[in-house]
Amino acid sequence: MRDPVVEYSLRLADNCVILGQRLSEWCGHGPTLEEDIALSNIALDLIGQARMLYAYAAEREGEDRDEDQLAFLRDCREFRNILLVEQPNGDFGRTIMRQLLFSAFMHPFWQAMTGSRDETLAAIAAKAEKEMAYHLRHSAEWVIRLGDGTDESHRRCRNALEELWDYTGELFETDAIENALIGNGVAVDPASLREQWQKTVENVLAQATLTCPADGYMQTGGRQGLHSEHLGHILSEMQFLQRAYPGGTW
Amino acid sequence: MSDQTGSAGASAKTPPKTPLWEVFIRSRNGMAHRHAGSVHAADAEMALQAARDVYTRRGEGLSIWVVPSSAISASDPDDRDMLFEPATTKIYRHPTFYDLPEEVENM
Repeated sequence: MRDPVVEYSLRLADNCVILGQRLSEWCGHGPTLEEDIALSNIALDLIGQARMLYAYAAEREGEDRDEDQLAFLRDCREFRNILLVEQPNGDFGRTIMRQLLFSAFMHPFWQAMTGSRDETLAAIAAKAEKEMAYHLRHSAEWVIRLGDGTDESHRRCRNALEELWDYTGELFETDAIENALIGNGVAVDPASLREQWQKTVENVLAQATLTCPADGYMQTGGRQGLHSEHLGHILSEMQFLQRAYPGGTW
Repeated sequence: MSDQTGSAGASAKTPPKTPLWEVFIRSRNGMAHRHAGSVHAADAEMALQAARDVYTRRGEGLSIWVVPSSAISASDPDDRDMLFEPATTKIYRHPTFYDLPEEVENM
């Protein structure tokens, strides 16, 4: 069986790279120049985190693949990202709501990960934690202003929240591989972050005059490589250049 | 575009205005905040966020101030002669004709 740390790093890396790619779709289309730059900044932070994780996975894997091959030459079914991050951008309210739900989890996640027994993952976490604190603040400030804004912005945020809520269950899922890593102090148990995540999100939503949806049926499958129809489209765009010109470099 | 159909008539005349903010960045401890540029933002908190993204991406600053542009009173360019010209005619204000010992640098 393959090294569980490789699998774990790939799961984290895939989350980062797919959401980074999604956000970069806003580049040149942001609602204001300032926000265009902010979203691109956040996208770059995430892609930077993905690079470190891919590089580590590649090194541990020892199969002569590098970070580029892991990102650009794996197919849909091999991607291990959660479904939340591949959901379409929709309008700005939807994008920023997705960002809030993700960042509210990833900030305490990376904080906890700084205590990992795996030194590389702990070092990556130390860098990522600060970036996530900013992503969380940025998305929270926007959700508050849009939710508590006009009827139109409130309505759009509420719809986005209700649609995206079904994808948040996956944040807290674990499986045998992850449980083993949690057991030996390498991985973070997402269950231990649930209360904090819920509190952060509820607090922001309350200020935004929005209500937390009730937990209903939760979408799942990303960790097993079972994705929504959206991931293929993201990959076709993201991987085009490397597939058209294999091994191409700058 | 289609987002504005509801109030297209009104918005054509008075487009929604996001206030303008002037951004001041302090690059190092002990330095003064210097004007870096401006951003549009709905309120002060968002202006700080925008300023951070637009003006400190490459490690330019340690501290940011944002000030509503409307709070700044500026001199009128037409008053230039009255305000600034007399200064150059008072040569005693420019101590350039003293002999300075070499040890004194950067006078």
